[in-house]
Amino acid sequence: MALQDYIRSRFFPHIWCVGCGHGTALNALLRAVETLGLDPSDIVMVSGIGCSSRMPGYVDFHTLHTLHGRALAFATGTKMSKPELTVLVPMGDGDALAIGGNHFIHACRRNIDITAIVLNNRIYGMTGGQFSPLSGPGVVATTAPYSTYDPAFDVMRLAVGAGASFAARGSTYHVVELQQLLVKAISHKGFSVIEVLSPCPTHFGRRNQQGDSVEMLEWLKANTAKLGSKAAEENPELITRGIFVEDERPEYCEQYERILEQAREG
Amino acid sequence: MPKRTIADVRINSLWCKRCGICVHFCPREVFVSGEDNLPRVRALDRCTGCRLCEYWCPDLAIEVLIDDE
Repeated sequence: MALQDYIRSRFFPHIWCVGCGHGTALNALLRAVETLGLDPSDIVMVSGIGCSSRMPGYVDFHTLHTLHGRALAFATGTKMSKPELTVLVPMGDGDALAIGGNHFIHACRRNIDITAIVLNNRIYGMTGGQFSPLSGPGVVATTAPYSTYDPAFDVMRLAVGAGASFAARGSTYHVVELQQLLVKAISHKGFSVIEVLSPCPTHFGRRNQQGDSVEMLEWLKANTAKLGSKAAEENPELITRGIFVEDERPEYCEQYERILEQAREG
Repeated sequence: MPKRTIADVRINSLWCKRCGICVHFCPREVFVSGEDNLPRVRALDRCTGCRLCEYWCPDLAIEVLIDDE
């Protein structure tokens, strides 16, 4: 199938700002789905609230646009009722790690076969540029005019610590790698977390002297490195990209099915 | 490997938001920023069909058409 067959082109141009990384993340996700040859009618995309959560509107899969922070709860219900479907959950900083933080860690712990795509733009874009748990210290936001001073979550360490069996980080500059990571995340049996460093030129770039989308992508190019690379080893300040964890562990729906069988046997 | 001919690089001007990512990052400098900042293909013969512009485009507004010979 061609890329055009996976989108609802009547809703384009999309709502995202000029140069928004979320558009590139959607682009990469569609190509990953195309590579895997998935049938759109076998995919469910579930989202909460925020810029990232507008994504299901643009894809011609089964789609659910749900409550803020609760996308994983709806996705869990969807997956448990129809385990044969591929469930994708695009989430922003807030959905995944602020209001939805509790759902996030428990989805990791259960190892339910869902792919959570955490679009990390380090800011709440849709509501006007408030800082988020992924902003980190020294960031200027509408709610931190003199800059933030609290540390950010490390999404990878959090996901791995909570029990996700697949965790990877990519960036919208490194698009080919991002497509490959998404293919692996979607194929993985169990809970997959993929963090995508996705620039928000409108609210983050503008307030933090990071410039426009081109400059923000240049920043990602200069400030990230492949996990285990020489560059990452020599400069611990660089943000690492790659697969942090890829484990085989019992999957939640399969375990539930086993319990049902046991109960039926009496 | 079959020889590839780049038939066209199409830009959907209705979807493009003029971010300039393709113009800046194309490794072969195929694009130039034209009127109203809309990217314009200035040198199709330079295009190697790497599709990076297609992959980067946040607006899904670029399509590289390749003929496999």
